[in-house]
Amino acid sequence: MKNRWKVNQWRHAVVAAMGVALSVTMANSFAAKPPTSQVNTTGLAVTDDTVTVGILHSLTGTMAISETGAQEAEKLAIAQINAEGGVLGRKIKYIQEDGASDWPTFAEKAKKLLEDNHVAAIMGCWTSASRKAVLPVLERDNGLLYYPTFYEGLEESKNVIYTGQEATQQVFAGLDWVAKTKHAKTFYLIGSDYIWPRTTMKLAREYITRVLHGKIVGEEYAALGSTQFGSTINKIRLKRPDVIYAAVVGGSNVAWFKQLKAAGITGKKQTLLTLSVTEDEAHGIGGENLVGFYSAMKYFQSLDTPENKKFVAEFKKMWGKDAPIGDVTQAAYEGPWIWKAAVEKAGSFDTDKVVKAEQSGTITFDAPEGKVYLEPNHHLKTRLRIGEWRADGQADIVYTSDYIMPNPFPKGY
Amino acid sequence: MFGYSLSDLGSIVVMQGFSGLSLFSVLLLMALGLAIIFGQMGVINMAHGEFMTIGAYTIYVFGKVTQQYFPALLPYYFFFAIIAAFAIAFLVGYLVEYLIIRHLYKRPLDTLLATWGLSLIMQQIFRSIFGGREVSPNLPDWLMGSWAVTDTIDIPINGMVVMAVTIVVTGAVIGFLYKSRWGLKVRATTQNRIMAGSVGINTKKVDRMTFAVGCGIAGIAGAAFTTIASTGPTSGSQYIVQTFLVVVFGGATSLLGAIASAFSIAQAQSILTFFLTNAMGKVVTLLVVIGILMMKPEGLFASKVRK
Repeated sequence: MKNRWKVNQWRHAVVAAMGVALSVTMANSFAAKPPTSQVNTTGLAVTDDTVTVGILHSLTGTMAISETGAQEAEKLAIAQINAEGGVLGRKIKYIQEDGASDWPTFAEKAKKLLEDNHVAAIMGCWTSASRKAVLPVLERDNGLLYYPTFYEGLEESKNVIYTGQEATQQVFAGLDWVAKTKHAKTFYLIGSDYIWPRTTMKLAREYITRVLHGKIVGEEYAALGSTQFGSTINKIRLKRPDVIYAAVVGGSNVAWFKQLKAAGITGKKQTLLTLSVTEDEAHGIGGENLVGFYSAMKYFQSLDTPENKKFVAEFKKMWGKDAPIGDVTQAAYEGPWIWKAAVEKAGSFDTDKVVKAEQSGTITFDAPEGKVYLEPNHHLKTRLRIGEWRADGQADIVYTSDYIMPNPFPKGY
Repeated sequence: MFGYSLSDLGSIVVMQGFSGLSLFSVLLLMALGLAIIFGQMGVINMAHGEFMTIGAYTIYVFGKVTQQYFPALLPYYFFFAIIAAFAIAFLVGYLVEYLIIRHLYKRPLDTLLATWGLSLIMQQIFRSIFGGREVSPNLPDWLMGSWAVTDTIDIPINGMVVMAVTIVVTGAVIGFLYKSRWGLKVRATTQNRIMAGSVGINTKKVDRMTFAVGCGIAGIAGAAFTTIASTGPTSGSQYIVQTFLVVVFGGATSLLGAIASAFSIAQAQSILTFFLTNAMGKVVTLLVVIGILMMKPEGLFASKVRK
């Protein structure tokens, strides 16, 4: 015990020495580094050399399956930013907390990060429920959250930057595409029974009937965690829709696609467009059960651009070659970078100044998905892509839309 | 009729019938292991779902190993893996009984708490070993398709496999319980523990075997369900509520009750889901079950409980 203590002390000494050496070099290389008193007037965890942010995702519980990729991408972005010299000359340190798939826990951990750790920003949340739970804490303590998931919209908080698509960005262009290329007139809507599929399907229903003059032949919501789709699939068979439009999530998603295939409904015979399958989900569902079906996302891992190839290579280097990269993972990667851009534009870590910079409409980032523009309404202007799934769990991009303005409060829906 | 041709409707009736039977076998397979443990021992095993997950991951590991080292065997490995799933879940169950459950027989409510804790521990172990993401077991192609009987009728092959597994396992359980010496000892212990002990039955050993067999069957169920649902650290918890529903509705101590209960719940849910919506189908089924349980608190088939 005694020896170990000594070794530990020795290690600390070395680390400290390295830290001093590092900060000296950094101070030299960033001669113009603004003093801490100037960039931090609200008591955030900013020192002369470091700035602390929080990462808040579920590492345990049902949502850990989905949130794994997001927190991996955020750590990658932080590591890359640090390798480039950090933000305003300060290296990013992160404190990670586990939301444990439990919404009150998310709120509690956010409170801890903001009030005890004084983090300058939080990268986190995945489900809308967790975001809604964290929101009051953020607004009270004037914190910043970078939220990566595509979601239902109808929200615009001063304290949140939404790097995923809001519903109109994911729904309309995808429906346009399927109506045009597949000459689709009849649609069967199916989703899991909670706020995101319900809101999204509401938009889809209006858009299909009013704009596309199509017909909804069925609409169905399966309880979260439901694993039996036999009867639902038979109903779909009877209605013979041109398109199955699906937003089933979690473990149910796997059951849904496996049972579709077993019922003989495959990409060869049936057009299916889903809003809830990224490479992450494809990994669990099995590519062979998805072949020929389509996903509407802003990002696919197979995207053939130099920026994306570099991103994919570095992600795999850090997290293993089998790690799939889905839409949300990429959106989570954008969080720290957009925060960095905003802080540097503001010249300060103070939340109010960062938010002002973010609302200026001039923040952009050359993301793996292509250049994204942060609009004054806290959402990103991005493109939508349609991917056709292959047996290896990757998608061929068959369509890319023009840039779509974010519109979290669509009129008339 | 309703604008559909008669042959279309005929096909739907056939497929709908199959889907009801398929749900029945899923529910029964889920509930069998729990029915044995709960029914014969009075232990409420909240970790039942995690024993199913053990079975599911066994398939995943076997699939990986087969693909890596014996790719020629890929179409057949599933059968061996199912047997292995039983063996592994059986062993873990045996250990769990020895280490935890046997100390709690006199405190049935504490078994509930202990096994719930166990389920959390097991979920975290799965997560540590296999990662937080869902995995997709490498299932043989023949297992995942459909059997097109006619142009309009497609019968899911994985559904038939689950059904076959259910029939075999149910047959085996009934055989063991009512035809073998072990079954005789189990039933004797259930009916009167002290008497059974005094005529020379090692009741502790019987308990351990019963618990392990129940867990092993959960392993088989989990293995079979990889063909129809997800494989992840928390996959087992998707089933646990329905499993308890089947066992409680059937009458906790009766195997026949579990079968009858699985059948009626499955048919009700399947038919109601077809005519109503997915969620409403579940709601109405649950309401009926609650109603019946209020009138018959001991379930469909009540028999003597352990004194």
